[in-house]
Amino acid sequence: MLEELIISGFGGQGVMVMGQLLSYAGLFEGKNVSWIPSYGPEMRGGTANCSVVISTDPIGSPIVSEPLSVIVMNRPSLDRFEPALRPGGVLVYNSSLIDRMPTRSDVRVIAVPANDMAAELGSGRVANMCALGAYLAATRVVSMDSIAESLKEVLPARRHNLIPLNVKALEAGAELAK
Amino acid sequence: MAERKLFKGNEAVAEAAVRAGCRYFFGYPITPQNEIPEYMARRLPEVGGLFLQAESEVAAINMVYGAAGTGARVMTSSSSPGISLKQEGISYIAGAELPCLIVNMVRGGPGLGGIQPAQSDYFQAVKGGGHGDYYTIVYAPASIQEMVDLTMQAFDVAETYRMPVMILGDGVLGQMMEPVEFREPAPREVPAKDWATTGAKDGRAPRLINSIYLQPEALFKHNLKIAERFEQAKKNEVMCEKAKTDDADIVLVAYGTTARICRSVMDRARAAGLKVGLIRPITVSPFPYDEIGEVARTAKAFLTVEMSLGQMVEDVKVAVSGAAPVHFYGTTGGVIPTAAEILERVEEIARAEVRK
Repeated sequence: MLEELIISGFGGQGVMVMGQLLSYAGLFEGKNVSWIPSYGPEMRGGTANCSVVISTDPIGSPIVSEPLSVIVMNRPSLDRFEPALRPGGVLVYNSSLIDRMPTRSDVRVIAVPANDMAAELGSGRVANMCALGAYLAATRVVSMDSIAESLKEVLPARRHNLIPLNVKALEAGAELAK
Repeated sequence: MAERKLFKGNEAVAEAAVRAGCRYFFGYPITPQNEIPEYMARRLPEVGGLFLQAESEVAAINMVYGAAGTGARVMTSSSSPGISLKQEGISYIAGAELPCLIVNMVRGGPGLGGIQPAQSDYFQAVKGGGHGDYYTIVYAPASIQEMVDLTMQAFDVAETYRMPVMILGDGVLGQMMEPVEFREPAPREVPAKDWATTGAKDGRAPRLINSIYLQPEALFKHNLKIAERFEQAKKNEVMCEKAKTDDADIVLVAYGTTARICRSVMDRARAAGLKVGLIRPITVSPFPYDEIGEVARTAKAFLTVEMSLGQMVEDVKVAVSGAAPVHFYGTTGGVIPTAAEILERVEEIARAEVRK
């Protein structure tokens, strides 16, 4: 089993956290995991991304150049990573903010109106969880239970009261990809 | 099994150093290793240690020199341009026969270069670095876990041979997160620090830490003593991983991040029916010459892969000693080679070997 994923979006959209949740979930399931952020001269409001690899074999390069899956939260990320996705891969895009349709026909495309869904759930901050939920339902790379477990590791203790809301957002996202 | 936690490489190396007894950190910020000083600033006061951001790299390494002279476990970290600034101090520390830990999360050079990962400081790291006749022990980990394991033993090793030990990482190893478990290294018998300047209050003879020997004969003798310790390190400390080299026609040689990519290349090549193996030096100083030489008896060709324009390949050529051709593939400036391009080189070499 091998997953090579890129998650990309504006700083503040929670793309790094999504990657870390997946990494912890993979770790809980006994898989090899790696996570690495882009660390160029990024600026506030600019686009940032992370590479996540989850594998039953030892991981070679932690930097993903030809992803099997891509989650994009804004338009510049879609423009950049849609062409890199391997045929047969999964593309989850945030249709609340991205004003064009993906053009690839050789991949599975899942539109998630992440910001709208999150607002409906009561907090715009869980938009990333809506997208992550859709991705999980489409790929089943790790279980929803493992992701819920990783929320305890990734969120600081004072934010643990928000775990139920995050789980709700994950489940709402998952509905879109079933 | 102890609990495994996700750690960023920079934070993992810092935590490992603290667990190994490091209580003093002197540094100056530079990307991509800033999480090391950041972590130390928070962590060292918790264990009664001291973190200090110096006014420059030159100041920082000389603070390391001072603290090491008292027998304390001390470290600094930086990235390529900052390590260049520290070389004078490292040479003094080596001359004064003091142990310490230096971490270099290498970025692209020369000059200010860029901030993306590179392996272009190999020559500087393994051939001495500063002026004078000396070597340091240099570890080149390929995963966060290995970086932790090596750091946990680095102070024992530095004190055994009384010389600086360097962890040669890169931007990838500093920035990436992997699961880590902190485990105690095998216990070593570390010699007593009968040289440390801790104050001669109990009436013992004063001790002097210095690197100046104006009489050539005295400096000759002094340098031989340092060289003899490195000879011992060559006998006892060489570390290297061999994968599928027994039946390999083509052997990849790579360290650190590049070795991970080469492992994927090896697996892909094997799946395509090519007999490819991998040698991964874990100590790049002392270098595993004998281990590579051994494999050169049976391998038909070598391919050294580096994120540089060809530095370690010179040591591989010495090790292979003409027994087989040594090819090279490298990227520079912060570009990471892909498994696909390396595999293409492997296939080219395989075709050339068939024609022979």
